[in-house]
Amino acid sequence: MRIDGRGLIDRAKPISFTFDGKRYQGYKGDTLASALLANGVRVVGRSFKYHRPRGVLTAGFEEPNALVEVVGTTNHTPNVRATGQEIFEGLVARSQNRWPSLRFDILAINDLATPFLGAGFYYKTFMWPRAFWEGLYEPIIRRAAGLGSLSGKHDEGQYEKSYAFCDVLVIGAGPAGIAAALTAARAGADVILCEEKAHIGGRLLGDMPQLDGKSAADWLAEAAAEMATLPNLRVMARTAVTGAYDGGVYSALERVGLHRAPRADLPRECFWRITAAQTILAAGALERPIAFENNDRPGIMLASAVQDYLNIYGVAVGQKVALLANNDGARRVARQLIQAGVEVLGILDTRSDASVVEDCPVFLNARITKTKGRHGLRHISGTHLNGEFSFDCDVLAVSGGWNPMVHLTCHMNGRPKWEASLSAFVPQADAIPNMRAVGACNGDFSTKAAFTQGAGAAAAALGDLGHTPAPFTAPDCEDAPYIITPLWAMETSGGVYARAWLDFANDVTVKDVALSAQEGFVSVEHMKRYTTQGMAPDQGKNSNIGALAVLADSTGKGIPEVGTTTYRAPYAPTSIAAMGAGGRGMGFAPQRFLTSDRLSRDRGAPMIEAGLWYRPSYFPKAGEGDWQTSCNREVGYVRSAVGVADVSTLGKIDIQGKDAAKFLDLVYANTFSTLPVGRVRYGLMLRADGYVLDDGTTARLGENHYLMTTTTAAAGLVMRHLEFVHQAYCADFDLRFISVTEAFAQFAVAGPRARVLVGSMLAAPLGDLPFMGVTTAQISGVAARVFRISFSGEEGYEIAVPTRYGEALMRDLISRAELMGGGLYGMEALNVLRIEKGFITHAEIDGRITAGDLGLGGMVSAKKDCIGKRAAQREGMVHENRQHMVGLRPLQGEAITAGAHIFAQGAALTREQSQGYLSSVGYSPQFHSYLALGFLERGRARHGETVMVVDRLRGINVRAEVCDPMFFDKSGERMRG
Amino acid sequence: MVNLIATAPLGYIKPVSLIGTDLVQIDWAQITSIAPYLGRVADVDRALAKIGLRFPAPNRMASHGDARIAWTGRDQAFMIGADCPDLGDAAAAVDQSDAWARFALSGPAAVDTLAHYVPVDLRLSSLPVGASIRSQLYHVPLCLMRIGADAFEVMVFRSMAHTAWHELEDALRILAARAH
Repeated sequence: MRIDGRGLIDRAKPISFTFDGKRYQGYKGDTLASALLANGVRVVGRSFKYHRPRGVLTAGFEEPNALVEVVGTTNHTPNVRATGQEIFEGLVARSQNRWPSLRFDILAINDLATPFLGAGFYYKTFMWPRAFWEGLYEPIIRRAAGLGSLSGKHDEGQYEKSYAFCDVLVIGAGPAGIAAALTAARAGADVILCEEKAHIGGRLLGDMPQLDGKSAADWLAEAAAEMATLPNLRVMARTAVTGAYDGGVYSALERVGLHRAPRADLPRECFWRITAAQTILAAGALERPIAFENNDRPGIMLASAVQDYLNIYGVAVGQKVALLANNDGARRVARQLIQAGVEVLGILDTRSDASVVEDCPVFLNARITKTKGRHGLRHISGTHLNGEFSFDCDVLAVSGGWNPMVHLTCHMNGRPKWEASLSAFVPQADAIPNMRAVGACNGDFSTKAAFTQGAGAAAAALGDLGHTPAPFTAPDCEDAPYIITPLWAMETSGGVYARAWLDFANDVTVKDVALSAQEGFVSVEHMKRYTTQGMAPDQGKNSNIGALAVLADSTGKGIPEVGTTTYRAPYAPTSIAAMGAGGRGMGFAPQRFLTSDRLSRDRGAPMIEAGLWYRPSYFPKAGEGDWQTSCNREVGYVRSAVGVADVSTLGKIDIQGKDAAKFLDLVYANTFSTLPVGRVRYGLMLRADGYVLDDGTTARLGENHYLMTTTTAAAGLVMRHLEFVHQAYCADFDLRFISVTEAFAQFAVAGPRARVLVGSMLAAPLGDLPFMGVTTAQISGVAARVFRISFSGEEGYEIAVPTRYGEALMRDLISRAELMGGGLYGMEALNVLRIEKGFITHAEIDGRITAGDLGLGGMVSAKKDCIGKRAAQREGMVHENRQHMVGLRPLQGEAITAGAHIFAQGAALTREQSQGYLSSVGYSPQFHSYLALGFLERGRARHGETVMVVDRLRGINVRAEVCDPMFFDKSGERMRG
Repeated sequence: MVNLIATAPLGYIKPVSLIGTDLVQIDWAQITSIAPYLGRVADVDRALAKIGLRFPAPNRMASHGDARIAWTGRDQAFMIGADCPDLGDAAAAVDQSDAWARFALSGPAAVDTLAHYVPVDLRLSSLPVGASIRSQLYHVPLCLMRIGADAFEVMVFRSMAHTAWHELEDALRILAARAH
């Protein structure tokens, strides 16, 4: 029921929404919970285990009961806290964990099964028979478990991630946070003020104290107006700071679009990483419930929530209200209700020594023994100092005191300390470097203390930053002491159905915690896991302290001895989608495109990923039914005419300096100082542990100038390796290097007619460029480099031009090649060609291959040292039983596959008998057979032997002949021309 | 006869203009990496002095006329927009003109756009006008130069230009949607 003249909602702006299919009306500024309460909806969810009807307990983000699903256009989000979800036009929400309906839920049968479902039930019951676990128990439990449902679709919503930096981060915009932010910002510091709720104010909004004789709303409006004039103060509303990390880094989650009707490009949430030099934690405190029999009935709510609904949303949550409290402060709620015209039946004060002077009856030493009303509280009764009480009431407001929000102070393994005078844990000072906790989250609950502590902490932070603090005068306001006598749980009537709830979200009762202690799980961490207390979506925000107090009572220990469980980030539930914003699908990694990319796609080439690059696999022509036909044709271009391929993805590193040659001799296993200018040499690089790192060709462009190439996938790796070697091992070598991979587009031209094609491009004749030579040339006035190198076994050239001319050059090369009976070839053909020639690539060796394994042991120069040389001489690295690279040719030309294992003929096909594997396979149109490269124990001594090639995954088991890996043109005549 | 036509990293791409902020591909310019050899910075400075520049300190850049020299790494700076003067044997000079895509991002939302991806304090107090840093644009390696309080030049590997442009445009669209 709405109360006229109360609340901060905008009654001029009605908003309609649906809950469980029924249309309701609320106002701008309402949460889903406040709008439902205003419409008299009391049951909003079913509990996790017993499926008990539950209503709204809180008015904040700690809500354990009012969890709903929000169904939107892109998303279907379970476990949304109705107490935090602001309504907007068209919002569709529904209750969860019930079937067929919220009112009638079949699984409420669990409630009757309570005697069997206590803590540890699963652990004890589903142990036997053992075989039943996987087939029977687990599927049933999985079906029954969990809150809410998922759409089963990808999350297509838009999310956002961002960084922010500031001098002072203020967490929480209650009185302490506002004082801190204004103090720091007035002094000129860059300030970020994060507030989880939609508006600044914190408890000022619900509690409505007088500030300097003004209403809290007026005072806050003035503060907000001043904030708007401070360009160095950034107020981030709807932003929960979720974690504290090293170096002053904090994570935060902002609700950007969740409270608005969807619109294009508007993200749902933003995941912030905020770096702050100084931090002020003004996170406030959370009110806690008191456990008593059936304290989970809809209508039993936190006192502060009843107050918030009245003063922020203008909603009287009931007609007849009673207040249960163990502290003085909560009485303000009763007074405000009376003032608003709500009937307050009485204050049930659990203390014997409290005042009885109020405008309603006060019952001291009150204990509740019975409540009635399964779908909404109807009646309570109990005892008090002078007898018994019995009321018909629809709301019971409960205050068991307040817990300071110490959460963030514990993210670096700090533990909070027990403060007996508050019956609460408070933060350890300096638990997080450069963070100061102030106000209620530091255990000072008065409004005045919040203002003064917030301003004081800001002044201290400014001092640390070298700023002169600006004055902040705390408004004249309430400064009452906090007076409490703790009461955690009341006696119940006994019997299996007499349950007093601690953790509403996971249905954990006082009895469960006592059982845990009785069964030996006396550590708070064990109790938590045995009972599941604190493991629900609310992460125990309502129940942790109550549960450990009950545990302390059950074990006879004090609360500080029992201690708390570990508080971990994130403080608030955080969508994985927000943390991974932008990273879904193609956003996972950058895409690198060749200058010939469009040309390849225009020709219908399927693109494959090589590292981050996209390379064409083959170029289909009309009438070619499959890739193999296209690939065979492209291989034919190179073997019989001329083929053209874009090889720009190879890493290229420009190396210059008077010690460049010496450096290359150190990083390469073979020698480069002896390479003549104008020549190219194949080089092999080892890791420090002696295994092969990468290979490629390096050209000597001048006396002190080299150009190294690397394999595509290892380009970054090699660059990093060179940097490391130079900086760590030989910083005194005078040389400089830089990647030029992106600076040049490079094209392979290979085949018997390659020389003719290349010659036709150049301004001057190519002349007698020898095999493994390099020269400069001009193409249409553009400076180019021509290398004579071959990866295919044919006479081959590579032409490099500045990247901006890459596409144009490629188009020209293709048209010329096609006139000569050749054309483009893709990765598939390139692989066939180099397998025929016995060349393996970096991507096909697994990091455990030595130069000797590849048959390149002789390249490791005996005359000089190199990275990895000594390590490569270790016994195991040169052992005769190592697997050597060999060629393999199926006896009947059958299909074989990379990954297949090699067995000796007649050997058992067991893992232990495997003697090697195939690393690289292609179908050779030249040999009319599949050909493979592989690694086989003592392989070089076994050429001519017949072995079994077995791939169990693909059902392949064929005989193959071991041979030299070079199948084609062993003498190299074609390559040298 | 061969006739090679140059293409820009993104070909022709329409500038993005949202909430007063513009994202534009910058035309090709000469870029030369200058890496002074051991102990030769003073010699490099002498050569650069002829065009009114000197080798920049880490994270800094300087301009003179059309020529700019910007720090881009350890013992390395890029000369942008002018031919590199003869440095003799004082430094390794390498043509980098085609290795990079360059975008201009300017306007009131420029800083917030970059803040989506660049894990660096972009406040003027920390990254003043004239700063030139290496960082990352989400997953893409980045050279970032601050031309003005609200104006930046973004340099990324040419092959990654599409991804970088897409990221920046995406952030601008989000900020525009937020501003509504």
